[in-house]
Amino acid sequence: MSEPRRPNRMPIYLDNQASTRVDPRVLEAMLPYFTEQFGNSSSSGHAYGRIAAEAIEEARGEIAALIHADPRELVFTSGATESNNLAIKGAAHFARLYPRSGWPRDHIVTLATEHKCVLESCAQLEREGFRVTYLPVEPNGLVSLDGLAAALGERTLLVSVMAAHNEIGVVQPLAEIGALCRSRGVLFHSDAAQAFGKIALDVEEMMIDLLSISGHKVYGPKGVGVLYVRRRPRARLLPLIDGGGQERGLRSGTCIGIGRAAAIAAAEMMDEAARLRRLRNRLQTGLGRRVSGLRLNGDVERRLPGSLNFCFPGIAAIKLIEACPGIAISTGSACTSASVEPSYVLRALGLSEADANSGIRIGLGRFTTSEEVDFAIDALASAAGRLATEAVAEQGGAPI
Amino acid sequence: MNEVARAHRGVTARTETYLDWNATAPLRPAAAAAMSAMLARCGNPSSVHRWGRAARQMVERARSAVGALLNAPPEGVVFVSGGTEANHLALLGCRRQRFLVSAVEHDSVLRAVPEAERIPVDRDGIVVLDTLDDLLAADPRPALVSVMLANNETGVLQPLTAIAAIVRAHGALLHCDAAQAAGKIPLDCDTIGADLVSLSAHKLGGPPGIGALVVTGELELIPLLRGGGQERGRRAGTENVPGIAGFAAAAVAAAEELAVYDHVRALRDTLEAGVAAIAPEAVVLGASAPRLPNTTTIAMPGVAAETQVIALDLDGVMASAGAACSSGKVGPSHVLEAMGVGPDLVGSTIRVSLGWDSSEADVVHFLRAWSTLYRRCRGLALEACAA
Repeated sequence: MSEPRRPNRMPIYLDNQASTRVDPRVLEAMLPYFTEQFGNSSSSGHAYGRIAAEAIEEARGEIAALIHADPRELVFTSGATESNNLAIKGAAHFARLYPRSGWPRDHIVTLATEHKCVLESCAQLEREGFRVTYLPVEPNGLVSLDGLAAALGERTLLVSVMAAHNEIGVVQPLAEIGALCRSRGVLFHSDAAQAFGKIALDVEEMMIDLLSISGHKVYGPKGVGVLYVRRRPRARLLPLIDGGGQERGLRSGTCIGIGRAAAIAAAEMMDEAARLRRLRNRLQTGLGRRVSGLRLNGDVERRLPGSLNFCFPGIAAIKLIEACPGIAISTGSACTSASVEPSYVLRALGLSEADANSGIRIGLGRFTTSEEVDFAIDALASAAGRLATEAVAEQGGAPI
Repeated sequence: MNEVARAHRGVTARTETYLDWNATAPLRPAAAAAMSAMLARCGNPSSVHRWGRAARQMVERARSAVGALLNAPPEGVVFVSGGTEANHLALLGCRRQRFLVSAVEHDSVLRAVPEAERIPVDRDGIVVLDTLDDLLAADPRPALVSVMLANNETGVLQPLTAIAAIVRAHGALLHCDAAQAAGKIPLDCDTIGADLVSLSAHKLGGPPGIGALVVTGELELIPLLRGGGQERGRRAGTENVPGIAGFAAAAVAAAEELAVYDHVRALRDTLEAGVAAIAPEAVVLGASAPRLPNTTTIAMPGVAAETQVIALDLDGVMASAGAACSSGKVGPSHVLEAMGVGPDLVGSTIRVSLGWDSSEADVVHFLRAWSTLYRRCRGLALEACAA
């Protein structure tokens, strides 16, 4: 059965890990700040500046509440990439400049499957003389706590582990990692760009010292992020970008947007997660029934409600995507989706190069409907069937 | 001041006059429309599917529009989070060992490389060219020179073409912070002669949180933010698509409406003449130098700048005691000090900056408020006001 035509329409959006649509309620909260309250919030001398500053502090409070932090512990950034760069390089540079103990602390532990901006920040630090351990993950994508404990030494200053994975959706055991780090006097940073507003996060309970948040992954705007920086015990950083003392020009309508996004998530996260899990199961079951040998990448249980990553055996992911123009999906991280290399994340799970090349990421979100899921099942299963038949025909027809 | 802003419920003063355009300008309607349109659409420009490609197309169109503001090719435009990041990327990413910055640079340049050598300025705030030449000749290490096009506090314009000639003769690189000048005077990257130019969207009617560093040649930058390889590896992070769209729309509108600054200049000159008529002892700083058409820096001797700003605000006139970034903190302006302005005047100087929406009524309102304050301070014992 061939894919039904959807003329003059954008494909169904199932790439919510790459970016999410701004919630109309977020947009509504932001629009007044585009037109009326334009004040530069650091111009505190006058009325417009004060009104904008108050709204931004309200937003800070809403974000803080969702992760159980103090609003004073949040710094607005230009996005999760800046948050991650600031957390990792800022902590490392501070430790080098102000050694806390009698010996240098110049060692960082992270996972081989972290986002590029964490890995690249670590690589930069290696060029500066820091030592970085890139821990392997279990075949299900989760960290080995024993392996992590063994990697920590007296020179370790920071552990960076992503809360929920952007490609495979697995959720790491944050509380266990946090307790381990705290007991060893090591800072714990977590990239929560995908997790924030999707699953419960509690910086106290999970003993997280630094937490990166993104606006556009949680139905907020692009161009804004947050870094949570613990005050007690204090996590200290050297700034990457030193402006005039305020959070640069970043305290703007976009901050109000991410605040509203956090407030909506706080109210709706649990119901939304339940709905997305149902849709996810529907998709997984539906596809599994029609595609033989379909394999889910990453832990089955410990995953984000809307996130799936499948290997379609023997079918190159890029061909499958081309064969399904009615749905917008990807082979992995958007940052690397134009690259022809197989996903380093899937390779780290132990997949062969051929299997890693057959990996497809599907991200369901707030605006995904069950009709869209059914459409996607049909489109993917039909295309996979066609491609598998073609492959068999090609092999059969090939000279021996 | 626009009517929408006046009508806002949270603002109680009867009449309001915004004269702090150098701190931030109102969002241009074209920019607001472009942003709203992009906010309503989803898509990561790095995604290869149609949603992603649509976002990518918008970003690349915007790159051309922002480049056109400087007459620069689009491939040199690196979108960043604002003027501060642009300045940091220029200084920290240029692979140079020696830094020379003018003494009147914005804090974001001074703080990027605190150990940078300072190039002195004259009484008007203009870089002393001979000293720059000598400084460059004294040390052969590869250097970067950073000089802003227009000063944010005084509006004084630097002779960039002459500076570029000196810098080039010594084989050094030139960075120019054009955040304050862009959209107010015509710009051309060939005339500026800089290798790197910083731009900020919200100074020209775009949104805050977006800016650009324009690389005019082949210079390879060390990125400040690393990650997904966006902006050709020069600046990682998902592109701020609505911000970029708003920036581009504002840049186009600003270029089209540049002629309005003839009117703004006339208003500024009327304002200065009015001040001189009210108070013969008032001083306009940098008045004899080439300046931006919209900026004036006025000293009311003996009256603390903070007192003036608060009094004006109570009368509905919004001005600032210096750069907005530092108006929350106390301390004399490093710009005025570098110009050799005495401590008595430095502490009693305010910045008044106009914009494309400013009107005769705004000038009248300012002069009325300023004159009331002046007369009140004259009438009282001087020491009571000067505290």
